[in-house]
Amino acid sequence: MEQLKTIGRELAMGSQGGGWTGQSKEFLDLVKSIGEARSKAEEDRIILREIDSLRRRIAEPDVPRRRMKEYIIRLVYAEMLGHDASFGYIHAVKMTHDDSLSLKRTGYLAVTLFLSDDHDLIILIVNTIQKDLRSDNYLIVCTALTAACKLINEETIPAVLPQVVDLLAHPKEAVRKKAVMALHRFYQRSPASVSHLISNFRKRLCDNDPGVMGATLFPLFDLITADVNSYKDLVISFVSILKQVAERRLPKAYDYHQMPAPFIQIKLLKILALLGSGDKQASGHIYNVLGDIFRKCESSSNIGNAVLYECICCVSSIYPNAKVLDAAAESTSKFLKSDSHNLKYMGIDALGRLIKINPDIAEEHQLAVIDCLEDPDDTLKRKTFELLYKMTKSTNVEVIVDRMIDYMISINDNHYKTEIASRCVELAEQFAPSNQWFIQTMNKVFEHAGDLLNVRVAHNLMRLIAEGFGEDDEGADSQLRSSAVNSYLRILGEPKLPSLFLQVICWVLGEYGTADGKYSASYIIGKLCDVTEAHLCNDTVKAYSISAIMKICAFEITAGRNVEMLPECQSLIDELSASHSTDLQQRAYELQALLCLDSQAVESVMPLDASCEDIEFDGNLSFLNSFVQQSIEKGARPYIPESERSGTFSVSNYNSQYQHEASSHTLRFEAYELPKPSPTPATPQISVSTRTTDLVPVPETTYYYTENNQASKLPPVSDASSADHGIKLHLDGVQKKWGRPTYSSSSSSTSSEKKTNGVTRIDGVSSPSRGTLYDSKGQQSEVSAEKQKLAASLFGASAGKTEKKLASTQRAPKATTATAERPGVTRAVSPEISKQKAASSPPPDLLDLGEPITTTTPTIDPFEQLEGLIGPTPGPSTLDNSVTTSEQKAPDLMTLYTDTPPSSNSSISSALGDIHSSDKNSQMAKNVPSIKKGPNPQDSLQKDATARHVGVTPTGNNPNLFRDLLG
Amino acid sequence: MIHFVILISRQGKVRLTKWYSPYQQKERSTVIRELSGLILSRGPKLCNFVEWKGYKVVYRRYASLYFCMCIDPDDNELEILEIIHHFVEILDRYFGSVCELDLIFNFHKAYYILDEILIAGELQESSKKAVARLIAAQDSLVETAKEEAGSISNMISQAI
Repeated sequence: MEQLKTIGRELAMGSQGGGWTGQSKEFLDLVKSIGEARSKAEEDRIILREIDSLRRRIAEPDVPRRRMKEYIIRLVYAEMLGHDASFGYIHAVKMTHDDSLSLKRTGYLAVTLFLSDDHDLIILIVNTIQKDLRSDNYLIVCTALTAACKLINEETIPAVLPQVVDLLAHPKEAVRKKAVMALHRFYQRSPASVSHLISNFRKRLCDNDPGVMGATLFPLFDLITADVNSYKDLVISFVSILKQVAERRLPKAYDYHQMPAPFIQIKLLKILALLGSGDKQASGHIYNVLGDIFRKCESSSNIGNAVLYECICCVSSIYPNAKVLDAAAESTSKFLKSDSHNLKYMGIDALGRLIKINPDIAEEHQLAVIDCLEDPDDTLKRKTFELLYKMTKSTNVEVIVDRMIDYMISINDNHYKTEIASRCVELAEQFAPSNQWFIQTMNKVFEHAGDLLNVRVAHNLMRLIAEGFGEDDEGADSQLRSSAVNSYLRILGEPKLPSLFLQVICWVLGEYGTADGKYSASYIIGKLCDVTEAHLCNDTVKAYSISAIMKICAFEITAGRNVEMLPECQSLIDELSASHSTDLQQRAYELQALLCLDSQAVESVMPLDASCEDIEFDGNLSFLNSFVQQSIEKGARPYIPESERSGTFSVSNYNSQYQHEASSHTLRFEAYELPKPSPTPATPQISVSTRTTDLVPVPETTYYYTENNQASKLPPVSDASSADHGIKLHLDGVQKKWGRPTYSSSSSSTSSEKKTNGVTRIDGVSSPSRGTLYDSKGQQSEVSAEKQKLAASLFGASAGKTEKKLASTQRAPKATTATAERPGVTRAVSPEISKQKAASSPPPDLLDLGEPITTTTPTIDPFEQLEGLIGPTPGPSTLDNSVTTSEQKAPDLMTLYTDTPPSSNSSISSALGDIHSSDKNSQMAKNVPSIKKGPNPQDSLQKDATARHVGVTPTGNNPNLFRDLLG
Repeated sequence: MIHFVILISRQGKVRLTKWYSPYQQKERSTVIRELSGLILSRGPKLCNFVEWKGYKVVYRRYASLYFCMCIDPDDNELEILEIIHHFVEILDRYFGSVCELDLIFNFHKAYYILDEILIAGELQESSKKAVARLIAAQDSLVETAKEEAGSISNMISQAI
C-alpha cells in the first residue's frame, strides 16, 4: 500500500509540474546537486554516492516498475557522466521485456546507451527484439528497430534479418525508413549478410515517402562506394530525383530554411560524384542539374552553402566540364572572399579539390590563401597547409616546407605534428631542389619532431645519404655526405635531440665521418662518445654509436693508421661490455676483438662505404663444405638432421620446411628484444652480415609519444632554432624573405589587404600602426610587395598580374582610413559600414555595439517582474545577487549564433535578436518587441517558475540555464 | 558518418552524450576531456570546426551550451552544422523555447528525439514534421498508459 501511495504522489507531482514531469524529488535533487557541483571531484563524489544507493535499491525485491524506470534513467545519467553502472545493465535488459511502451522505450534507450554490440547481454535482448519487430503497434516496432541498429552484431543479424526485410513493406513510412536504416547498419557490420537484398534498396528508392527514399540513399552510397560499375544504370534516376528535389517537388515539410530538402540533395550529390568519377558518359547526365543547383542555390544561408560546397566536390570528382567548373570556381571564390571563417575554410578545401583539375584557379586567390595561412585560427591554418601540400611543386617546395616546419615547431598537438612532419619529409624527398637543402630540412624536421616520426623515415634518410639521389655523379653524392656530416657535427652541440635523430647522426658519422678527411678519427670518436653520455640516450642510440665507433676504427686500421684509444672511448667500451643489454655487450666485445685484428681482416669485415652493397646470405653455409668434407675424411660422423635422428619424419622437403619455420620463429622471437646478431664464427662473411643490423629497426617504436619530453623540450628548441637560422642554414635568400621580423612590420599592410579580400581580422598587432596608416604608404607598398612575393613564390604568378593586384589593393586602405580613427570598440565593424556592403558582419561585431544597452539594465530585478507576471510564487529574494552577477556576465555569453551566416538583411534582425535574447527576463522588463520567432514568454515564465519550485536557481556558476537555446 | 554527439556546457559539464562508434568508458572520458578543452577555449569568430586526431569535430554554441559532433574527414562540415541546428529546432519545438535546463532534466527525452533524427550515425529524417509526429505519437501512448495507471491508483486510494 505504501508503494502505491508513493506512485500516486509521483503521478500527482508529475501532472502539476510544467516542464519536468515524471521524475521524483530525489532525482531532481540529484540533478540539481550535480548542477551546483563546483568541481569535477565533487561531481564524482555525488555520483558515486548515487550509484551506491542505486546499487542497493535496484536489487531490492519487488521494486515497482515505474520506480525501476526512474532508477534506470538515473543509471543512464551516471553513465553519461562517465561512471560505471554495469551492475544495472541486467535490469535495463529486463525492462525491455515489459509490455508497457513507456517502460519498454526506457529499457531500450538504456540498453542502447549502455551496451556495445559485443556485450554478453546482447544475446538476452535478441529474443525481445524479434518479438517486438512482430508487434502490431508500429511504435513498438520503431523502438525495436532503433535498438536493433545499435545492438545487433554480425552473429545475430540472421536472427532478425527476415523480419526486418518484411518490414520494408510495412504500411507506416516511419517503419519502412527505420528498416532501411537497420539494413544499412547490417551492411556496415557485415556486407555479406545482406548482399542478397540489394534489389530491395533499389526498390525503396522509388518509395512514395521522401523520408524512406532519403534513407535509402545511405545504403546505396555505401554500395556504390564499394562497387561503382554495378550502379551506373541508376545515374539517370538519381539525376531525375535531384532535379525534382531542386524544383521543390517534395512536400514542404522537407524544406529547411527555404531550401528544398537540402540534406537529400547533399547525399544525392555525393552519390553522383562517385558515379560520375572518371566516366564521361555518366558525367554528361549530371552537368545540367549541377548547373541548375549552382544557379538556384542561395549563398546567403549556411545550408545553401553546404549544398554549393557539395556541388563543388561533385564537379571536382566527375569528368571535367568547363561550364560547371566555372560555376564551381565562382562559388569557391565567394567562399574565400566571405567574412565567415567557416566559409573560408570550406573555400580552401574546395580550392584544394579544384586545382587538381585546373591549377590556374588558385592563382586568383593567392592573397586570400596567404591571409588564411596567417590567420590566428588554427583550424583554418591547417586546412591551408593541406592546400599548400596539394599544390607543392619543385618551384615552391622551399617556401612551403619552410612554412610548414615553422608551424610544426610552434604547435604542441602531437597528432598533427606527426602528420605535418611526415608531409614535410614526403615533400622534401619528392621535390628537393638541392642536396644541401634536403639535408637541412630533414635536420629541422628530425630535431623538432624526431620522436614522433616513423623509424622508416629515418632509415629512408640514411639510405638516401648512402645512395645519393640516384644520379651517377659521385662528386655530388660525396658532397651531400660531407654536408650532412658537417651539419650533424654542429647539431650535436644541442642539449637535447630526439633519439631517432641521434641514430641517424651516429650512423652517418660512422659511415662518412672521416670519409672526406676533414675530421680526424679521434675527433669523430670523441663526438660519438659524447652522444652516449647525453641523458636522452637510450640503448638503441648507444648501439648505433658503438657500431659507428667500430666502423671508424675499422676504416682507420684499413688505412694503415694507428688507432689511439681515447680514455672516454675505453670507458664506454668497458661500460657497455658490462651492460644489461646483451646486444650492447656483444657490440662492445666485437669492437674489442676488431681492434686486435690485422688490417686485411679488418678490411674484409668492414669494407669502406659498402653500406649499399647487397649482402648475400648463404643459408646452406656452403663455405663450410670443404671444412666438413675434411672432417668427414678424417673420420668424423656425418651430420644427421634432427628429424631423422628422432626417426619420426625423414622426408627431406619437410625438413627444409621445418628449418624455414624454425628460422622464422627465431626472427619473430627476436623482434621483441634488441636485435642480437647471430653467433659469430670467425669467418669474415658472417661477421659482415652482422653489420646489417645497423639498418634493421631495433625496437618497434613507431609513433611513440613522449608528451612530457615534448612539452619540456619546446622552449629551448624554439630558441635553438632561431639561433640556428643564422649559423647553420645557408638557404640563399629564402630565410631572409621569410624571417620572422617581417611579420611585425607588415601589420598595417596586412590589415588593409585583408579588407580588400573581404576579410576582417582582429589582431592586436594591427592597432598600434593604425595611426601611421596615412604616411606609411610607401612602406606599405613595399611590405605588400613582400606579400606579393610570397604569393608569387607559392603560386608562380606572372609579374604583370601581381602588379595589377598591387594597384588594386592599395586603393582599399583609403576608404577604411576615414573610419579608422574611431574608438577601439567599433574598429572591427567599421570596414563593413564604410563599405556599405550587402554582406553584414557576423553578430559578434554587433554585440560590441549592443553592449552598452544591455549592461545598463540590471538595476531592476528581472525576477521580481517575472513573479508579478505569473502571480504569487514563493520566490526567494536572495536570488538578487546571483541574478545581477549573471547580468554582468551576460555580454560575453551572448553570442548565441556565433556563426550566423551573412545575409543581406540579417544584420538588423540579428542585432535585435542578440539584444532580444541577451536575457529573456530583462527583455520582458524592457518590452523590446520580439521580431523573430523568438521564445514564447509565457512558456519561459512557466518554466522558470517550475524550476524555482523544484529549487533550481541559476547560480553564478551557470547563469544561462534558463536561456533559450534558440534566442 | 557521425561518430558521436556530445553536449557540453560552457563550464565543461556534460549534458548529453551519444556514441555511434564503439568507445570504451575510459576512452569516452578522455575524449570529452580533450574536446572540451579544445572547443571551449576557442574564440567566437573562429571556425566551428576542429581537426582532432584525424577526425573533424563540428560544434555550435547555443546560449551556454555547445553541441558537438565528430565526423569523418571527408564529410561536409556545413551540413553537420545544419544537422545540429535541425536537432536544436526540433528540441525547441518539442519543449517550447528549449533551454539548457530542459535538457538537463529531460535528457532521456532529448535522447528519444535524437534517436528519431540520427540512426547509426546518419541523418535518418530531415523533416521536422515527421519527427514531431512520431515523438508525439509515442508520448501520447505513454500518456494514456500513465492515465490508466493514475486512475487505478486513484481507485486504490479511494478503496483505502
